[in-house]
Amino acid sequence: MAERSDMPLIEVENLGVRLNTSRGPAQAVRGVSFALKRGETLGLVGESGCGKSVTAMSLMGLLPDSAMVTGSIKLDGNELAGLADADYCRLRGNRISMIFQEPMTALNPMHTIGNQVAEPLRRHKKYSASQARKEAIALLDRVGLPDPARRVDAYPHQFSGGQRQRITIAMALACEPDLLIADEPTTALDVTIQGQILDLIADLVEERGMSMILISHDLGVIAENVQRMMVMYGGAVVESGPTEEVFRRMGHPYTQGLFRARPKLGARKGTRLKTISGTVPELADLPSGCTFSERCPLVIDACRAAVPPMVEVGPRHGVRCIRTDVSMAERVGALTA
Amino acid sequence: MSVFVLRRLLTLLATLVGASLIIFLVLDALPGNAAQMLMGADASPDAVRALTVKLGLDQPLAVRYLQWIKGLLVGDLGNSYVYGTPVASLIAERLLLTVPLAIMAMAITVTLALSAGIYTAANHNKLGDVGVMSLTQIGIALPNFWFAILLVLLFSVRLQWLSAGGFAGWEDGIWLGVKSLLLPAISLAVVQAAILARVTRSAVLEVLREDFVRTARAKGLGKREVLWSHVLRNAMIPVMTVMGLQFANLLAGTIVIENVFYLPGLGRLIFQSIANRDLIVVRNCVMLLATMVVIVNFVVDVLYAFIDPRIKVHDL
Repeated sequence: MAERSDMPLIEVENLGVRLNTSRGPAQAVRGVSFALKRGETLGLVGESGCGKSVTAMSLMGLLPDSAMVTGSIKLDGNELAGLADADYCRLRGNRISMIFQEPMTALNPMHTIGNQVAEPLRRHKKYSASQARKEAIALLDRVGLPDPARRVDAYPHQFSGGQRQRITIAMALACEPDLLIADEPTTALDVTIQGQILDLIADLVEERGMSMILISHDLGVIAENVQRMMVMYGGAVVESGPTEEVFRRMGHPYTQGLFRARPKLGARKGTRLKTISGTVPELADLPSGCTFSERCPLVIDACRAAVPPMVEVGPRHGVRCIRTDVSMAERVGALTA
Repeated sequence: MSVFVLRRLLTLLATLVGASLIIFLVLDALPGNAAQMLMGADASPDAVRALTVKLGLDQPLAVRYLQWIKGLLVGDLGNSYVYGTPVASLIAERLLLTVPLAIMAMAITVTLALSAGIYTAANHNKLGDVGVMSLTQIGIALPNFWFAILLVLLFSVRLQWLSAGGFAGWEDGIWLGVKSLLLPAISLAVVQAAILARVTRSAVLEVLREDFVRTARAKGLGKREVLWSHVLRNAMIPVMTVMGLQFANLLAGTIVIENVFYLPGLGRLIFQSIANRDLIVVRNCVMLLATMVVIVNFVVDVLYAFIDPRIKVHDL
């Protein structure tokens, strides 16, 4: 199947999502396009409300009924946008799986963890109860849950946050999906646990040859865990490229701002964290032109006039900015700053 | 688990003791002398005094209370002042009507409320939701005795399907008995069902917003499957709490409804005994009602622990 490995597993073309919010309709995602091959990993970075989770939920087909999706999402060449829910159900948890941010609330408190891990197996693979249970124990063992044979009948409240996230990972992996979407999988966990969970996910992705979309607001997490990355702002992709390349030559003022805003080890006490001035604009009333123009230090009149095109600044490295000549010249030393 | 049940049992006993004290003291404080009532206004004071002694009404309060409790424990409730027959057999006879009536009313309540509540939650903000919720609004506003009269006008007077009152008894077959309790049970159930339907709807809607519902959908479950296998069990806790409380309302409702339908049940017995100052009957009937309510709520508490695995841990 040589030709198949060349074909992208998932191909998103000009995805747009319009949500009905309390403040009126909002274009939560606009013109997002990317393709992911089997085994490839992609990171989505951005602040809360930038559209990264909505992008993920539209891949899962789990947006609210009132959401309007435009553009195309193809899995192995088959269109997913507009697919009937019953057909989507056959893909979810089977070919596309998802891990969520809040392990404390992502599990049903009334069901044993064994049943919850076994549920996709029974549903998609038609396993018998005993087969599914055996497989659930094996999965729980694989994700590093101690003593799985005994604890398979325990309830979620009997586990810690890190253990629960391992359980949701076991659940997501049960049917060996082709694509794993991890939406801030470690944000709610203790720092010491974060690394373990990310390592576990990385191991499993490699071991099973899955593709992964990792969503995070944490540039450090993205830098260490994905091959390619996309930076989102105001529902649009403002910079994308191979992770190493983007970190070496950040082109968009927003990406640079995000990078400067991270806390640094060894900074002198009392040093203020650098921030991006202003606040994330409401999706319901985004500025015209470049969505970042109101907060950008390099803004000129032309930025507000029209949405900037994606400029190729390196191999597969695109930046949606008309001022890369300045931003990328000024960037000198940004990584050490 | 057993510790949990044991603690609940102790609470139950304490509640019953408290209830018996209040019932006894309140009825004792009522003006009027039972002996005087029985013998009529123009009876001689000597005869009244003799009857007072015979009934044991001259004993101190504490002694009479303890005698009553002792009697309760061995099943001897004394004799009715009015009928002269043992109170226990009087009540037992009436329970043959009121217990089936309460069960039927509760069954109708739960069936109507759960189906309406789940249906409206699953169709949140759609036409069906709005329609059914308006109906429940009307249901809550209906006084049950008035609704009972409407039912009689329709089913007994106009359609002549069911009798307007009275109880056929169980001797001539269960169906006849059930048939004569049908209208009373429906009148009792409608208001309760309207309230419970709204509670069910909001409980289900609340659970539908939980993260684990999204997780279940992400596993590939359809909306309907998520509702049945993940949502309902979580929504049952508030629904059952209200159900337990409604049982008390339902028993209180039987007093009115049994009078509307001329049913010789416990409610009617209480009503008549109050009118006759047959306080020994009133006292025991009220104690029985209190016991039933407390036991139902005990059962609800124990059921929580069966439904929700977290409760055992919290309470130990």
